[in-house]
Formats: sequence, structure tokens, C-alpha cells
Amino acid sequence: MRKIAIYGKGGIGKSTTTQNTVAGLVEAGKNVKVVGCDPKADSTRLLLGGLAQKTVLDTLRSEGEDVELDDIVKEGYGGVRCVESGGPEPGVGCAGRGIITSINLLEQLGAWDEKYKIDYTFYDVLGDVVCGGFAMPIREGKAQEIYIVVSGEMMAMYAANNICKGVKKYAEAGGVRLGGLICNSRNVDNEREMIVELARQLGTKMIHFVPRDNMVQRAEINRKTVIEYDPTHPQADEYRALAKAIDENDTFVIPTPLEIETLEQLLIDFGIAN
Amino acid sequence: MLLRHTTDKVKERKALTVNPAKTCQPIGAMYAALGIHGCLPHSHGSQGCCSYHRSALTKHYKEPVMASTSSFTEGSSVFGGQANLMTAIENIFAIYEPEIIAVHSTCLSETIGDDLGQIVAKARDEGKVPFGKHIIQASTPSYVGSHVTGYANMLEGIVRYFPEKTDEKKRQINLLAGWVEPSDMRELKRLAGLLKVKSVLLPDTSDVLDTPMTGSYEMYPKGGTTIPDMISMGDSMKTIGLGDWGTRKAAVMLDNKCKVPFEIVDIPVGLRATDRFIQALAKAGKVSIPDSLTDERGRLVDVITDMHQYLYGKRVAIYGDPDNIIPLIEFLTDMDMKPVYIVSGTPGKNFDKRIEEILSERVPEAKYKNGPQADMLLMHQWIKQEPVDLIIGNTYGKYISRDENIPFVRMGFPILDRVGHSYFPTVGYMGGIRILEKILGAIMDYQDATSPEESFELTM
Repeated sequence: MRKIAIYGKGGIGKSTTTQNTVAGLVEAGKNVKVVGCDPKADSTRLLLGGLAQKTVLDTLRSEGEDVELDDIVKEGYGGVRCVESGGPEPGVGCAGRGIITSINLLEQLGAWDEKYKIDYTFYDVLGDVVCGGFAMPIREGKAQEIYIVVSGEMMAMYAANNICKGVKKYAEAGGVRLGGLICNSRNVDNEREMIVELARQLGTKMIHFVPRDNMVQRAEINRKTVIEYDPTHPQADEYRALAKAIDENDTFVIPTPLEIETLEQLLIDFGIAN
Repeated sequence: MLLRHTTDKVKERKALTVNPAKTCQPIGAMYAALGIHGCLPHSHGSQGCCSYHRSALTKHYKEPVMASTSSFTEGSSVFGGQANLMTAIENIFAIYEPEIIAVHSTCLSETIGDDLGQIVAKARDEGKVPFGKHIIQASTPSYVGSHVTGYANMLEGIVRYFPEKTDEKKRQINLLAGWVEPSDMRELKRLAGLLKVKSVLLPDTSDVLDTPMTGSYEMYPKGGTTIPDMISMGDSMKTIGLGDWGTRKAAVMLDNKCKVPFEIVDIPVGLRATDRFIQALAKAGKVSIPDSLTDERGRLVDVITDMHQYLYGKRVAIYGDPDNIIPLIEFLTDMDMKPVYIVSGTPGKNFDKRIEEILSERVPEAKYKNGPQADMLLMHQWIKQEPVDLIIGNTYGKYISRDENIPFVRMGFPILDRVGHSYFPTVGYMGGIRILEKILGAIMDYQDATSPEESFELTM
């Protein structure tokens, strides 16, 4: 089983990209599990056709009850096993602790038992790794591969670089590696070239360039992935290609985060800062 | 040799604290809350915090210390502790019937960001606080400051809530006690009484943590500052805070809230600190100092004079809380003793300045350190480098005393292995005599036990 965590700046399209890619893997016959690590619990919406799930942490509210895995794992598109960590309402409690609790609980309940024959686990993590809880999916024994969703916008690249710092820290202590950057295009000038160069400087590669297409939003409104909503659309092929690239990826590295000056120079060289 | 691995090589440390000379904030918050009448301290956090803090106080005061807890579970730490505290408030008022609940936070509830003020306000809005009952609160994360900080924060929480300013000025003085024993609280009231100054002492743990055995258990003993007294503090002529670390926050709060001017003096430990306290109280209360007090002072001076030969030049190691040890160090120095090693884990930038003022001329060789790395290990290492004649501090010094065979006087918090502190004050002139008696007892016992036969003295 390969365990993959998807990180990236808030709003960059992590959940959308993850679910569409998962749909691609499922289509190719893979058995996939998605663990949403965002208190908003919206990481599996497209796979499940809506937000209809009891989160792992909901079960904590009704403590004393015996929690069964079936209560919190729902099957979605093509048999994908979907789990949402959930978390507190905004402004109270500790969402980071929630993720730690929830992943521990899933492990206790045997969510990764052999019998499920899981090929891929995807952890879809809230935008910024603001505290230790949000790094839980990349601690020892959890995800081994990280993909960072990025675009040619400065703050997205800045966030990607920051996430690399976190990955580096855990990579040195444990086994986690960076698998590559996924460019979710925002139609920025020279975007592809710039992300290829950013990836190179980070010591990794751009694993796929996902062009911007309104089809993604159209599918989203219909609570579906593009592959499910319109399998013949060219955008569906983009996600199939991304799924294939991840499936065939064999380059896993400890990233080399850039100094802030180097990052800014990159933006200047590729014209966006002018 | 229980501490046989301690060496004399002092290394610069950045993160590590070994045998800290301080403890948790909530212990101080609990102690301050116990000094108001009919109050149940409440710990907003996991059960273990509350158990430890209660037992730390119980072991020192040898009285059952009651406190309730929000009993956090894993769920509370994820979703916030509001639901637990709301239920706790209902249960406590229904079952234990205190006049006041004093809620303090813990590391866990602070870290997840629970807002005690908001939760308590919500409890009031929802009618969970019965008429005539009160909830006060203080934020007490243990990773900031020490038990003294917690004490100061709860004291501030008390005066933020109770005192009210009316048009009627009261001929009374507010006395904000720093962290001292119940016996000391009793002595402070006696001294104010001798001066004929009407005072409100806050907090007041006498008759709370030194209660007589009567055969029946009182959950809320008769002692503690009462609600009417606390309300009246807003109309007092002046506030005198005893100890900068413990009382300044509350004194400032009272000034801001009710325009009661304040003065901070040291806790009256020893001759000169007691002089300053008595003068401040006499001036604030506009009274003259009675002969009976002058006589007490004279008795203390007499003991010092009689016994000076046993005190002169003795090297002393002291650790403890700034408000308590600063006047003690001054006292020792006044008697020509040499406080050469001083550590205090309770941080505060005034500490070094005050110690410098007292010692720079008279004991220039003194080493002192304040803050996280000012721990018992450092003190022990200094002692290994060059020994002392006496150690003064809480019970934790007994390991060093035993290993190094150095006379040891127990003062401070906690004292877990001796009695007396609850009953015999160390503040005021009489308290000074008590300190001297203990110091001389330790030094002379040591002399008797170790002197060669030919110089074994009958009269000392």
C-alpha cells in the first residue's frame, strides 16, 4: 500500500485535485482510501456525491458508544473508502489535536487491515501546516509520499516552499519523501516553466500540469468528479494522466527548501513580479 | 548520596531545568482562592492536574484541600471544554453549594484556547449561577511563570470581580497578602490590630488551612475574606500590596477599577522589611506606632545582638519565591550573614535588580540566578564548588543538605516533611525571632554534633 498526503496553500484545489485523481486511480482498478483531515469535512464530497458522512470525531461526542469502522467509513465512487476526521466548530477547541485523535482512532479500529486490500491511502490536509496536529499524516508510519499542489501565484509557491521545510524536518527523522509538485493552473504567465523550475530547485519535479477548465467547477456543482460527470471530456484525461503519473512515480526525495530571496528571484526571472 | 551524579562543573544550559525551584500556576490560583470565604477552586482541565495541585497543597498544609475539575477527555480537548465547564458549574452549585467558584485554567485548556471569561459569561446568561452566588476566573497556564504567577492571576481575578466603588469612603486599608502561610496571615491581622488600623486582608487563609479539629468536617471553614469585605475594598483609603510578584497585578487592577491608590512593599520578613511595612501601614492609616510594637522590634534586635557571633560571616544558600526570599536575604545580610548562592525559578526582571541592591556592596561574591535555569541543580553545583554553612528553602533542599552535610532550615513552599509553618509565623518582628531561632538551632545543632570534644560548649 502507498500512503500519500496532499498538501498546499488553502484554496489551491487540494481536495478537488485529490478526488479527481483518486477517481482516475479507481478507474484504473485501484483500491483507494481517502482520509480528509480538514475540520470542514469536505474532502470526500465529490466521491460521495455530497456531505453525508459522520466524521471520526463525531463519534467522540457520543463517547461510551462502541465505535464501528462502518459508522465512519463510507464507500463512494467506484468503491473508494472515504473517511472524514472532522473537528470542532470554528473558534473553539483544537482542530490539530482532532486530527491526531482521529488518525489514532482509525488505526485502533483497524482501518488499514490487510483484508481491505487497500492500494492507496490519500490524506487530504488543511491548507497550512499550522501546528503539530496538521503534520500528523506525515509522521512516522503514516504517509510516505507527499505531493504539493501549487500554482504560479506567489503565495502558493511561498506556501509550497514552507511545506517543504516541514517535510524536510520529518523526512530527516522518518521515512517521508516528497513525490513532486502538482501544478493546478491559475493561468499565470509562464506558469508551467516557473513551476518546473521551482520543482527543480526544490530537488523534485512537476509531476503534472493540470490546466484550468470550467468543467471542474461544473462537475463540482453536481457533486461529482470530472471522470464521473463527463468521462469523455479532455479534463478527465488530465486527471487520468495525473493518476498515472503518481502510480508510476519512482522519484522520492528529501526537498531542499529555497531561501526567500531565491524564491523571489525565481518570480522575477519568470516575469510575474514585473 | 542521593544526588551523587551532581558535579561541580556548571555548564551553560538553554532548555533543560533539573529539579526546578518552582511549580505550577494553578497551585497558586487554588491557594489564593482558598483565602476567600466559601470558595471552591475549580480546575478547568484534565483530572490529573486537579489531583496533583490539591495534593501539593494538602501535603504542605496538612489539611484536606477541596477543588473540582472539568475532567477533560480527549473529546473535550478537540471540541473545547465549554460543555464540561457548564455542566460542572451546575453540578457544583447544586451539590457542593459554595458561595463562590474560582475557576482557573490549565495548560491543556489554555493551549486549545478555551476562553474562560466567555464561558463564565455564558453560564451567567443561561442562569446557571444561582442568585447571590459568584464565579470568578483566572488564566493560569503553567508554561508561563510559576505558582506565584498563578497566585497573582487569581488575586487579580478576585479584585476584578468583587470590589465596588460607592460614594462612601471607608476608613480602612486593603492589605493584599503575597503568598504566605495561614499563620502569617493571622500575624498580619494582629499587627494591623496593634496599630489600630482597620484593614481588609485578601486573601486570608487563616482558619481555612489551619483549622482546629472539632470532630466535624466543614467543607467551607469559617476563615477567608468575606464577600462584603471584598466588595468594600473599592472604598478603602489605600491598598498595600505585600510582594511585587504576588500582588502588583491585583493592586493595579484595584486602582484602575476603583481608584484606590496603592503601594507595594516587601513581605515583612525580617527587621527592615517589617519596619517598612509597619511604616507604610501607619502612614496609610494615619496612626502612630504603639509602644507594644516598638517593644517587639526591640526584642528582635536584642536576639540579633546576643547571637551575632554565631551568625557573622556564615555562608548561606537560599532558594524560593522572589517575594519571600528578597526580604529574607536582606535580613540575613543585616545580621552579617552572607547569602552567597540564590536561585529563584519564578521569573521577573526585577529580581536581579533587587538582589544587586542588597548584596553588591556587602556580599559582592554572591551568585544568583532567576528564571527557568535557576534550579536546584545549579544551587547544588555552586555548593559543590565552595560549600556553605546553611541552606534555607523548601523541603526539596533536604537532598543537598544530606549529601553535603549542611545544616538546613525549611522555609517556603512546599514543606512536606515538617510541621510548624502553619502555626508559627515568619512575618513581623516576632516572625523574625522565629526565623532566627530556626537558623540558630540548625547552626548550633551542627556545631554540637561536629565540634571536637575539647571545644564542645555547654553555654552558647
